[in-house]
Amino acid sequence: MTEMLSYEFMQRALIAAVFTGLAAPAIGTFLVQRRLALLGDGIGHVALTGVALGLLTNVAPVLTAIVVAIIGAIIIELLRMFGRTSGDVALAMLFYGGISGGVLLINLAGESAATLNTFLFGSITTVSNSDLVVVALLAVLVIGLAVGLSPQLFAVCQDEEHAQVSGVPVRVYSILIAVLAAVTITVAMRTVGLLLVSALMVVPVAASQQLTRSFRTTHLAAMAIGLFAAVGGVVSSYQINTQPGPTIVLLALAVFAVAALFGAAARRVRGRRHPVDFARGDI
Amino acid sequence: MSERSTQPLKARGVSVALDGRPVLRQVDLDVSAGEFVALLGANGSGKSTFVRAATGLVPMSSGTVELFGTPLDRFRDRHRLGYVPQRSRAVAGVPATVHEVVMSGRLAHRRLLGWSTKADAAAVTAAISRVGLPDRTRSSLSELSGGQQQRVLIARALASEAELLVMDEPTAGVDHDNQESLAELLGGLVHEGTSVLLVAHELGPLRPLIDRAIVLHSGEVAYEGPCEGLVGEDHAHVHMHTGQPPVPEGLTGEGVWR
Repeated sequence: MTEMLSYEFMQRALIAAVFTGLAAPAIGTFLVQRRLALLGDGIGHVALTGVALGLLTNVAPVLTAIVVAIIGAIIIELLRMFGRTSGDVALAMLFYGGISGGVLLINLAGESAATLNTFLFGSITTVSNSDLVVVALLAVLVIGLAVGLSPQLFAVCQDEEHAQVSGVPVRVYSILIAVLAAVTITVAMRTVGLLLVSALMVVPVAASQQLTRSFRTTHLAAMAIGLFAAVGGVVSSYQINTQPGPTIVLLALAVFAVAALFGAAARRVRGRRHPVDFARGDI
Repeated sequence: MSERSTQPLKARGVSVALDGRPVLRQVDLDVSAGEFVALLGANGSGKSTFVRAATGLVPMSSGTVELFGTPLDRFRDRHRLGYVPQRSRAVAGVPATVHEVVMSGRLAHRRLLGWSTKADAAAVTAAISRVGLPDRTRSSLSELSGGQQQRVLIARALASEAELLVMDEPTAGVDHDNQESLAELLGGLVHEGTSVLLVAHELGPLRPLIDRAIVLHSGEVAYEGPCEGLVGEDHAHVHMHTGQPPVPEGLTGEGVWR
């Protein structure tokens, strides 16, 4: 353990993991609440095109990724609001467009498949100091807004129409959620990679809601699980010599499996007191 | 004239087209202070579309809506309007307690950032007690029965201290006992001066509370008057096929909306 901490790249990796692990579920909870769990995946795919654009034009890939991801997120939101395309079809097209565009541009930039790999599955151990500053600032922004505005975001995601009638500027908040998701994806790009980033936004939430009844507890517990999976994943990937991104996601899934077992047992005990409920079919 | 006595809802010539198809045509509808108005009609008659237009959820192609004397697009006192949507929309993808959902009804009173105040907490507690769920405050919404979820949505509207409740099919899929307790709750609220516009397919135990019924048929007002004028037991649309003279039919879409 001490040996691991003596490496500077591991110190940076762990710090990046802390920020990513907290930020991804902080905004992911609202996506799950809105039943837009796959939105993060869609934006992640679009961000790949942004990365490729950066490689092609010699601009820092993080910057182009964040710009393209935000534009993509806003387009999805506008399609959802005004378009005649259903949400899942719009998302599907985004998946295809993002991946194709990304791979095509990376080829044009003359980069190898290995470069592609670092963005698709993360390369947390190559995080530089300046990367770390960007990751930290953006993550603090995401966590601050997701927690600070949680009454408003909760109302919009719980019941969009009621929120609108109550005078909440629903469109502004919907776009804010999509933009925060896009920012989070760029933050997590180095940690778990674009293909798995959505897992860190969704799986901790799915795990925590196995055991919770309230939104607030679900939100905070999801952030705790995200933190545990990200840090634990980096540590164990060092120990067993695996790629950090997939290790983090598998650890989160393991937490989900344990939580689901405990949750089912707890509900069985509670079910003797309260009648069975069939409405709880989500995730 | 005090602010409270202005007319909660005044709609004139409301027309709505969805996907280019006319759904509401020239509907006039008023709700006076302390009045309980039921908006009835068969599936697709346009009754839900009317409340969605009147609350600003769907755009009108023509007509005007005034809430408490203010045109809809300039209406800012949102806490005076309590919208109770159909219950099927109650449960979202993440668990939420009764308290949390009802607290979201306080948003119009709260500042952008900051904790909820004692007044917020008191209003939420009062609203939850009012709908008879004080022992379920910390329960997850998904653990409740349909009738209980309906009451939570009403409590959310009450928490904002709404003066006009607009309810979309609160009786749908709710058993008779829960409809009785809903009637008791609404009766008490109306007695205290709350105005109600309620969309329903059937009235059931709510019938004695209704001051005025309006029946929509193919997007137009086909009947307006006391419940006694409704032919047929509970199903408003039965009346359309039996007693009354035929309503002028629309030129398009007839049959689709029945």
